Amino acid sequence: MTGEQIVFLVVAFVTLGSGFMVVTTRNLVHAALWLVAALFGVAVTYVTLNANFLAVVQVVVYIGAIAILFIFAVMLTRKDLRDQGPQMNKNWWFGAILAALTFGGLYFLLQGWEGMTKTATSYPVSFDAISELGSVLVSPSGYVLPFEVASVLLVAALVGAVYVAFNPRDTRK
Amino acid sequence: MSIWNDPLKVAAKWLLGVFTGWGMPEFAANLLVGFLGVLILISILMVLDIGLVWVERKVVARFQDRIGPNRLGPFGLIQPFADIIKLMVKEDTTPAGADKVVYNLAPMLSMLSVLILWAVVPLAPTILGVDLNIGVLYIIAAGSIGTLSIIMAGWSSNNKFALIGAFRQVAVMISFEVPMLATMLIPTILAGSMGTSAIIERQEIWYFLLSPLGALIFLVAAIAELGRAPFDLAEGESELVSGYNIEYSGMKFGMFYAGELLHAFTFGGFWAILFFGGYRFFGLEQVSPFLAIAVILFKAFIGYWLIMWVRYTLLRIRIDHMLAFNWKFLTPLAFTLIIVTALMNALLAGTPAWFYVTGMFLSNVLVAWVALEIARSYSRRERERVEGRKVVEVGH
Repeated sequence: MTGEQIVFLVVAFVTLGSGFMVVTTRNLVHAALWLVAALFGVAVTYVTLNANFLAVVQVVVYIGAIAILFIFAVMLTRKDLRDQGPQMNKNWWFGAILAALTFGGLYFLLQGWEGMTKTATSYPVSFDAISELGSVLVSPSGYVLPFEVASVLLVAALVGAVYVAFNPRDTRK
Repeated sequence: MSIWNDPLKVAAKWLLGVFTGWGMPEFAANLLVGFLGVLILISILMVLDIGLVWVERKVVARFQDRIGPNRLGPFGLIQPFADIIKLMVKEDTTPAGADKVVYNLAPMLSMLSVLILWAVVPLAPTILGVDLNIGVLYIIAAGSIGTLSIIMAGWSSNNKFALIGAFRQVAVMISFEVPMLATMLIPTILAGSMGTSAIIERQEIWYFLLSPLGALIFLVAAIAELGRAPFDLAEGESELVSGYNIEYSGMKFGMFYAGELLHAFTFGGFWAILFFGGYRFFGLEQVSPFLAIAVILFKAFIGYWLIMWVRYTLLRIRIDHMLAFNWKFLTPLAFTLIIVTALMNALLAGTPAWFYVTGMFLSNVLVAWVALEIARSYSRRERERVEGRKVVEVGH
């Protein structure tokens, strides 16, 4: 086993274990903190894949913004931070079947893909992944359309947030 | 390549030779050398941190017309070591009902979020941890770990003052992160790279001259990120006693305190790197890497001193004023400045250097002037609304 494989196995185990703790722990703040650990594990996986930009963005967006927001929401909306009710509802079997089907389907699909068995070649020496990513995102032959659609979606979300938060009865002006 | 030109590589190569000479496999020796490098850097930083305690106390004493620590050693230089011993032997208390694991993890994360920043600080052309091509984003990512540590500390202490302090601090940090990231993009645009060492290398002219407004916004946002006065309402001694770290004692409190000082110093360094040429000083960095280290430390200390100057001069701002200042003034201003900088940079490309610098500088002045005029007319309308009469300004 190479060093990379050991690192991958450790990181994958920590990520999955943290993910499992997110759904099983009774304390909601602990669940949010375990979620941070799981997201951090994903960031480390990106680093092992040489995707530094994605790893850092993962930390900034998911840990720095979304996880903090979760913790805020949990603390501000719940009186008791412990979850008292049952952890399963009566549809658990349906969810289990769906999860197993998704896993089976993905496994089946990826079996037929030659990328699963091929070893990726490493970057050339002077390859700048981030400037490559930047120019592909805004070039018409690249991904400019999905990029713009995502931007419009985000702007719509921003406008929606302002609309929800805006109180028309507030007649200060 | 000698020890005077490239001390880091020479030392690493020599150590590697020693370790492999002992019969260690190549990758283990590489790992050990890297580990030792990190250990040495962190040890130097921690010793520097002890010195910063003395610097901070002496400077605040000067600002407040006192003498400061002056009993132990010359100029009170041994005082911080005595403080460290005191913190070490102090009773380590844990409040009843605290969440023990989270409570103990928070100070470590707080210190870690500052120390990992130094991985991307280029001390000299040849001395830097990693040459990340996303250095600027990395700084923001490290900051978000700091935010997490504060909310962990505030929540796990089981204390209402700690929780209120943490809420305030996190609200400030996640909102001032936006203008900070925006102004960090200005050196990125000017240098064409996000890497800290590339930004320094391409900084023929200090970016402060090309974007004085960007440097100013960055400084304000950095002070808010650090939670220092006038943005220190997380601590708010008079209302919250000490904020998120109220329940911590001994060295755990010391971690927060030392982390804060080192964080301020580090941001002084980043200010120097992004806007004042980092280790560059009229070709001095080419003479010897040790001179380059001296230059960047000097610039970082000037930035740190400026942060202290602001801290001990201004009063605390109320939280709604602070958030309004950020979201209604600083953030739009920072985004306008990015757009203007990117446009001017593209328009003035290829023009002579003096024209380029003057154009960039004047465009910054224009943006600042328009923003201040808008803010002034807004505040006049607010005053009229509050006082219910027309305010006539004198002298305009």
